[in-house]
Amino acid sequence: MGPNPDWAAVRADFPLLQRTVHGKPLTFLDSAATSQKPRQVIEAVDTYFRHYNANVHRALYELGEEATRLYEGAREKIAAFIHAKAPEEVVFTRGTTEAINTVAYGWGVKGKIGPADEIVGTVMEHHSNHVPWHFVKDLKGTTLKYVDVEDDGTLKMSDYDTLLTRNTRLVAVTQCSNVLGTINDIREIARRAHEVGALCLVDAAQSVPHMPVDVQALGCDLLAFSGHKMLGPTGTGVLWGRKEVLDAMEPLHGGGEMIREVHLGSAKWGDVPAKFEGGTPNMAGVVGLGTAVDYLTALGMENVRRHERELTAYALEVLGKLPGVRLFGPLDADRRGGVVSFDIEGVHPHDVASILDVEGLCVRSGQHCAQPLHDRFQVPATTRASFYVYNTTEEIDRLAAGIRKVQQVFA
Amino acid sequence: MSLDAYQAHILEHYKRPRNFGALEDATATARDVNTVCGDDITIHLRVAEDGTIGDIRFQGRGCTIATASASMLTEAVKGMGADEALRIDRPFMEERLRVPLKDSQKKCMMLSTHVLHLALGKGEKGKIEA
Repeated sequence: MGPNPDWAAVRADFPLLQRTVHGKPLTFLDSAATSQKPRQVIEAVDTYFRHYNANVHRALYELGEEATRLYEGAREKIAAFIHAKAPEEVVFTRGTTEAINTVAYGWGVKGKIGPADEIVGTVMEHHSNHVPWHFVKDLKGTTLKYVDVEDDGTLKMSDYDTLLTRNTRLVAVTQCSNVLGTINDIREIARRAHEVGALCLVDAAQSVPHMPVDVQALGCDLLAFSGHKMLGPTGTGVLWGRKEVLDAMEPLHGGGEMIREVHLGSAKWGDVPAKFEGGTPNMAGVVGLGTAVDYLTALGMENVRRHERELTAYALEVLGKLPGVRLFGPLDADRRGGVVSFDIEGVHPHDVASILDVEGLCVRSGQHCAQPLHDRFQVPATTRASFYVYNTTEEIDRLAAGIRKVQQVFA
Repeated sequence: MSLDAYQAHILEHYKRPRNFGALEDATATARDVNTVCGDDITIHLRVAEDGTIGDIRFQGRGCTIATASASMLTEAVKGMGADEALRIDRPFMEERLRVPLKDSQKKCMMLSTHVLHLALGKGEKGKIEA
């Protein structure tokens, strides 16, 4: 592990965090929704447009070659960041949602998947790892099965063994829950999936930004994450897949760049990753994402994880002491990411967020795109605080003070 | 921005909502949800032969603004003609609540009116006019 960064200096890299809201300092505790951006990323996007903008892969002039080098350079950085075997295994998408839909379409809807086949998901998935599989079920008659969640917020692994059969073709699971924070044992989940001949797809939207992720060590086959949750620009994301898995998939977007040859009425696809990147890509966004990866690499992902683990442990301790506050998910910070969802007795989460907003606190309230999970815990909604590299324990103290204020309003 | 939305009269309706519960002999019932924050409101009506609203109850769970608005709405429409109830709009509800609302709270305020209108045969489920 590299030296522990100066976290105050890290925070100073984020211009937006200097602003105030309602005359109070901004306390941004919603990074699980989207992260703020360091000036390095903002400048990289600005520089791209000022000095390098040209359509990648097509222009034969110098400017176009420079743009292509920057774009492909970002692919190489991301491949190294997640330990892909080759940059070609990294496909750029608009985000996690598009990455998973790319698989649902290319492997499921257009693939050799049928009514006898089964897909195993879990109750804790984000809607973006539920709904694409509904599409496959609706169009191909495929059976969907779900691993339940224990009261402590961990996956019911005994369910998993029962649900896996010789007909299981895919296991689609999150590495870190966006509500409970639970970190799932992907290595074990993927190993058991492979035992029955199934592929393992990982929703890494809440893990790649926050902890070291090594796709070789995890042993999964496909992995999806978003750039905007890891200090990068919006509209960027990644689908990583083992080369042979991506080769066997059909493309989602037909258009320019993704083809080898096109005739009237037919076409042949190009190779991965171009096959999945039809149309002019988000070039400036991808270049910015490459810079975000540089930034995170310089901090060291072990350090990022340690920082967030400390914040999470502190939040669990401080909020856990407040009467009338119910916490969701594992109480052990070693087993969870920097996401803490809670409920205040007698107060609707919408009111919690509205009152905290008056104090300059940005938290999310609602179902966090995880309605089946809220149904499982029989709560209409929760309030969520989530942390990143720029957050401090002082901000968690502010959150605790805000919660006490909420309780006073409703006393 | 302040805590203006959480004034005493609003909190009072939230904690002790009027006309809350089921309604025997209801002639119409409707339900809808505000997916933004999970508010879920059901309205039961008993409409007399002359078209006036004889009785009204609401059920469900919602945030302060959604619940207080539903409570105030039920008080307002009792004895009202269906035609008049169908004309209830945002200014009408703002007049009742008498607190400044953020844009995100206006949908909460109008959920019960929307459900009332559904029960009276107007509007489309899932489409809250706010």
